[in-house]
Amino acid sequence: MVPLSWYLIFAALLFSIGLFGVLSRRNAVAILLGIELMLNSVNINLAAFWRYGDVTQMAGQVFAIIVFAVAAAEVSVGLALVISVYRRRNTVVADDINMMKW
Amino acid sequence: MTTETLMWLIPLPPVLAFALIVLFTNRSKTLSHTLAVGAAFLSLLGSMIVFVRALGVEHLGEHPFESSVNWLPLGESVETYFKIGVLVDPTTAVVLFFVAITIFMIFLYSVGYHNFGQPEGDHNQKGLPPHGATVEEHGHKHVVPSVEPMYSRFFAFLGLFAFGMYVLVLSDNLLTFFVGWEIMGLCSYLLIGFWYAKPSARDAAVKAFMTTRIGDVFMLLGIAYLYYATGTLTFREIFTEEVLHTLATVPSGFLGFSAAGLIGLLLFIGTVGKSAQFPLHVWLPDAMEGPTPVSAMIHAATMVSAGVYAVVRMFPLISLDARTMTIVAFIGAFTAIFAATIAVAQNDIKRVLAYSTISQLGFMIAALGIGAYVAAVFHLITHAFFKALLFLGSGSVIHGMEHGVLHTGNHHVDPQDMFNMGGLRRKMPITFWTFLIGGFALAGFPLITAGFWSKDEIFADAFANGHWAVFITLALAAFMTAFYTMRQITLTFLGEPRTQEAEHAQETPWTMTTPLIILSIFAIAYGWVGIPEDFMGLPLQPNWLHEFVGGTLAEHPETIAFSWIPLLTSLVVALGGLYLGWMTYRSVSSPAEDRFQIPLLKNKYYFDEFYDRAFVKPAYWFAENVVYRFLDQGVIDGILHSFGPATDRLGSIIRNNFDLPVINRFFGDGSAEVTYRAGDKLRAVQTGRIQQYLMLALVVFIAIGAVLYFFLMA
Repeated sequence: MVPLSWYLIFAALLFSIGLFGVLSRRNAVAILLGIELMLNSVNINLAAFWRYGDVTQMAGQVFAIIVFAVAAAEVSVGLALVISVYRRRNTVVADDINMMKW
Repeated sequence: MTTETLMWLIPLPPVLAFALIVLFTNRSKTLSHTLAVGAAFLSLLGSMIVFVRALGVEHLGEHPFESSVNWLPLGESVETYFKIGVLVDPTTAVVLFFVAITIFMIFLYSVGYHNFGQPEGDHNQKGLPPHGATVEEHGHKHVVPSVEPMYSRFFAFLGLFAFGMYVLVLSDNLLTFFVGWEIMGLCSYLLIGFWYAKPSARDAAVKAFMTTRIGDVFMLLGIAYLYYATGTLTFREIFTEEVLHTLATVPSGFLGFSAAGLIGLLLFIGTVGKSAQFPLHVWLPDAMEGPTPVSAMIHAATMVSAGVYAVVRMFPLISLDARTMTIVAFIGAFTAIFAATIAVAQNDIKRVLAYSTISQLGFMIAALGIGAYVAAVFHLITHAFFKALLFLGSGSVIHGMEHGVLHTGNHHVDPQDMFNMGGLRRKMPITFWTFLIGGFALAGFPLITAGFWSKDEIFADAFANGHWAVFITLALAAFMTAFYTMRQITLTFLGEPRTQEAEHAQETPWTMTTPLIILSIFAIAYGWVGIPEDFMGLPLQPNWLHEFVGGTLAEHPETIAFSWIPLLTSLVVALGGLYLGWMTYRSVSSPAEDRFQIPLLKNKYYFDEFYDRAFVKPAYWFAENVVYRFLDQGVIDGILHSFGPATDRLGSIIRNNFDLPVINRFFGDGSAEVTYRAGDKLRAVQTGRIQQYLMLALVVFIAIGAVLYFFLMA
């Protein structure tokens, strides 16, 4: 069995890729994708810690499922927002969506 | 009822009457005077029972009726109390006798004096004497005397006064004695100022109160010193041999007086105020502004007698110091002759009597000063009877004259001026005869009148003990007394009426004449109890009064051997004065013809003017300039007024140096400024670009993480 650290390193990499995507992509849909990656890296962590900890305690798995649910809801809201912004301003570039300032 | 209980109860009825009249029956004149006269009668009854029982006791002086209660715990130990109580020794008994009778007579007289039963006045005004009422009878109008508007109030005051007098007489200690003394002082003020709407009555009331107050303050000092020196104020505890001996030997540190001498002197100054002796005599003549029963009761028979009674009570103490006794004798003798000379030149019927009272009180004080204890008490009693009689008589005369004034309607005629009278003997026979008896008693008409016996005893005492100065002074004063008395009788009653008003004067009702008749009986008969044992060498009964009253003192005073010289002196001055008075005034009909209207005497030796300059004006000046302008306006108001500007200045200092810069600029404006500037600077951060925010969050997260890592792990 591979050691826990591999999973953690993998999850950290996945998180960093997601973070990079969020910070660097200009397309709002791509940013959402980055967020999904970051959430999934967390899920990997949760599952790994469960597997390498007390297996009878199901908290890790349950948490992961909750994160799925939240992520699904979040993506649906996020995509709805993106579509709404696109309809109004005809763009999905994050830099152009800058109404939330002084 | 035991005598002791009775003694406690004697003062109560009048004060109850006072309370009831003031609280409940003020509106009903009948009920008020019934209560007051009834109360006076109850007290009279109690006093007579006590007096009669006192007569039946052998050696009452050593074993007086006494009763006391623990009143005030003194705190030194559980058993030590300040005691108050009642005491009837022979002196008290005889004083109680005349006090009770005169008080009752005056209560009764007041009913008539204030025109009870007459209609209400036409234009009554409270605080003024009644003006008369118009009635219609048989088809024509005429004016009759009207009832006093504040009738009930008068009886209430009289009741309170009687209470004060009884308390004073029956006290067995100086404290309750002083309480009674002060109650009378208050009542005197209230009753002199009874017609308070008259400015003269108001001034007289204030003058009487202030003048007696001077004496009272000294008396209180004397009481305090006595209590400090002996630890008791009970008479019979003070008058023991040891206490008196201590008091006589302890120096007081004041001009070499012994403690007894100084205490005696201080108490005597109280008497000087109360009994209107020189130099505090000025209030008594002015006190005649009050209604005449008041003059009779307070300023002739009882209150001024209380002053003499105080010296009588404290005689064992006062007589310890020869110098104090000399002062007492001097003041008394001087006042006697001094006031008698003024009385000669007065035209107001009551003022003559007022000065006569001062003079006669001087006789008593002088008698006490030379140690003639019994003679002083004797004269005190006889004087109370005949002077009350004379005052009530003069009130009756004034009443008759007022009747005349109402008849003619000429209100400019002074019903008290003797030169407006004359010939009243035919108009007012009862008043005339009783007044004649009173006047002759005052003058000391030989053998039949009481005044003769008491005055004669003073002369005999002064002569026998070699007090020549006092003897001669009093003889001169007695001569003048007889002279002005005859002047008064002649001007008032004899000759022909000098005015229309005197022509229409009328005899007064029975409530006024009955007291006159009863008092005139005493003015004659009371002298008989004190006839000297070997008078003119006759084999008479022992001098009852001397034996009885003398028993009060520890050392029974010696009986004075009969001597012709004082008797002859007494006869000469009395008869000579009366004869000269008649001779001089039988043909005088106006003040211009009166040779004794000397300005110096007429103006009472300018004492009022002198006191006005020396004390009243300076007091006013002091009050005006020092108290009012300097202290009140300058200091007090100055301080108060400086509070305003001071707080104003302090406030502006705080405002300018703290409120405005610190609170307003720094905290108030400052915080807003800081927030504004910070917002202005920081708003650049708010780009509205989500990725920048995330970037910033990441940087901060890393930074905080680094810091935490650095601190927690390192």
